[in-house]
Amino acid sequence: MSEIDLETARKVAHLARIAVPDENLPALAQDLSRILTFMEELNEVDVDGVEPMTSVTPMRLKRRADVVTDGDVQARILSNAPDAREGFFAVPKVVE
Amino acid sequence: MSDLNKLTLADARDRLRAGDVTSVDLTEACLRAIDGADRLNAFVHKTPDLALERAKAADARIRQGDAPAMCGIPVGIKDLFCTEGVASQAASGILNGFRPEYESTVSAQLRDAGAVMLGKLNMDEFAMGSSNETSVYGNVINPWKTDDRDLTPGGSSGGSAAAVAADLCLAATGTDTGGSIRQPAAFTGTVGIKPTYGRCSRWGIVAFASSLDQAGPMTKTVRDAAIMLQAMCGHDAKDSTSADLPVPDFEAMLTGDIRGKKIGIPREYQIDGMPAEIAALWAKGADMLRDAGAEIVDISLPHTKYALPAYYVIAPAEASSNLARYDGVRYGHRAKLAAGDGITQMYEKTRAEGFGAEVQRRVMIGTYVLSAGFYDAYYNRARKVRSLIKRDFDTVFAGGIDAILTPATPSAAFGLGEMANADPVQMYLNDVFTVTVNLAGLPGIALPAGLDAQGLPLGLQLIGRPWEEGELLKTAHVLEGAAGFVSKPAKWW
Repeated sequence: MSEIDLETARKVAHLARIAVPDENLPALAQDLSRILTFMEELNEVDVDGVEPMTSVTPMRLKRRADVVTDGDVQARILSNAPDAREGFFAVPKVVE
Repeated sequence: MSDLNKLTLADARDRLRAGDVTSVDLTEACLRAIDGADRLNAFVHKTPDLALERAKAADARIRQGDAPAMCGIPVGIKDLFCTEGVASQAASGILNGFRPEYESTVSAQLRDAGAVMLGKLNMDEFAMGSSNETSVYGNVINPWKTDDRDLTPGGSSGGSAAAVAADLCLAATGTDTGGSIRQPAAFTGTVGIKPTYGRCSRWGIVAFASSLDQAGPMTKTVRDAAIMLQAMCGHDAKDSTSADLPVPDFEAMLTGDIRGKKIGIPREYQIDGMPAEIAALWAKGADMLRDAGAEIVDISLPHTKYALPAYYVIAPAEASSNLARYDGVRYGHRAKLAAGDGITQMYEKTRAEGFGAEVQRRVMIGTYVLSAGFYDAYYNRARKVRSLIKRDFDTVFAGGIDAILTPATPSAAFGLGEMANADPVQMYLNDVFTVTVNLAGLPGIALPAGLDAQGLPLGLQLIGRPWEEGELLKTAHVLEGAAGFVSKPAKWW
């Protein structure tokens, strides 16, 4: 039985960059604990010598020449930005 | 000509080619049906002007001859597909206002084949859900009813399933990461196929779990699924995991002859608490295939019970990476910031406001299982179990099994809101028969096979060998004919 404490829940929320108000942390911790307990059924499986799956269909990924194939679409790239100025995405100040 | 929206795709194609109806006629019939079905909340962005424009172009093309099968066919597109200039939000608040500058490969292939997009279809937010209750647009309501309750159409492709079942469109696109085409198809008496991983390009489809996601058609019949799947498949240089393999003529493979095929019945799918009606339907399905000349073989897929927990490690892990892009910078929602808020507060507030509860939960679970110290214990272990699950299938196929028959879902459609107080794991159990197929990258099809005692549709699932969608459709077509499912929901909306 996995127990996620409030501090761990707070830390996970921060790592995921999701603001979770303090009053919601207990419910979150409880949900995460239940889900992790469910996942722990996997501990019953003998996985000795088994490779973790990296590709479900054995295939060689195709390669292409490393050349520019697209471009000159700055306005289209910025067209959905919440805040775009002078051809750039604008964000709050990052460096003090 | 008032019921043209009720045609199958195949009949509509034949009548278009015969000059008996026009695409404009079909499109107008669907648009009327859509406007009369707002109560179902299936279409969330309607595009009638675009539809009529494309219908006129399709009619011109048909008159010239040589139009492809999808030409002039009115379809719905799941909101997960990016469609140029048309809202594409994955049913999430975080993509509010997003209008892509590009078209997904699958919807572009349909468009280029002349299919007519009627609008965008509701779904669970980011395709995370099995009841269509996590959408920013609100719940989709199943056109099937037994009493006063509103029932779920299933999820995540709930809008697609409801729209096809209610004859709002002739067919629709869906996507399937753990059962999101097959479970809603089963809940609505429609047909849904998830092809082999790599058959359809994922380019331009909002990503949930990239190693599991596949697009597929949701239709009224198996023949329709064959026709539409053909138009959706094919290699795409923009998706490095799309397979460079020829796409056979799936419809031509519906010969009706499945004599000598070996159909496996996996004993591990006989789960505790399976309703007697579903067990009986499953046995009946096996009998029907046997009567058609197939050999029924008991098989074992020993790691089946670990598929759900493995899925609920892998899918959220991939989702937490994929959904990192929603940060309020490039598209969609950005939170209003307080004085002094920096970029971290912008990310955290934007994502808290933009993502719904289930998406937040899965992103955080994914973040946890990928975090330092837990990566091996959860994520790597789950990927090893995934290898074992795939090996189970490889073994039975190597032993000569052509396809596997299972129930599609552990129950019929349930009431909206009935799972609201259940723990999240209870909802995940909806996918118990379908997730194995995604984990192993196989093709799977759900088709309606009967009604339960309350009069709700129940589905069976057939699982095929990799890349053998044509053989799978052939078997499904025989099962469909034997089951003779013709029921439709009575119109109440």
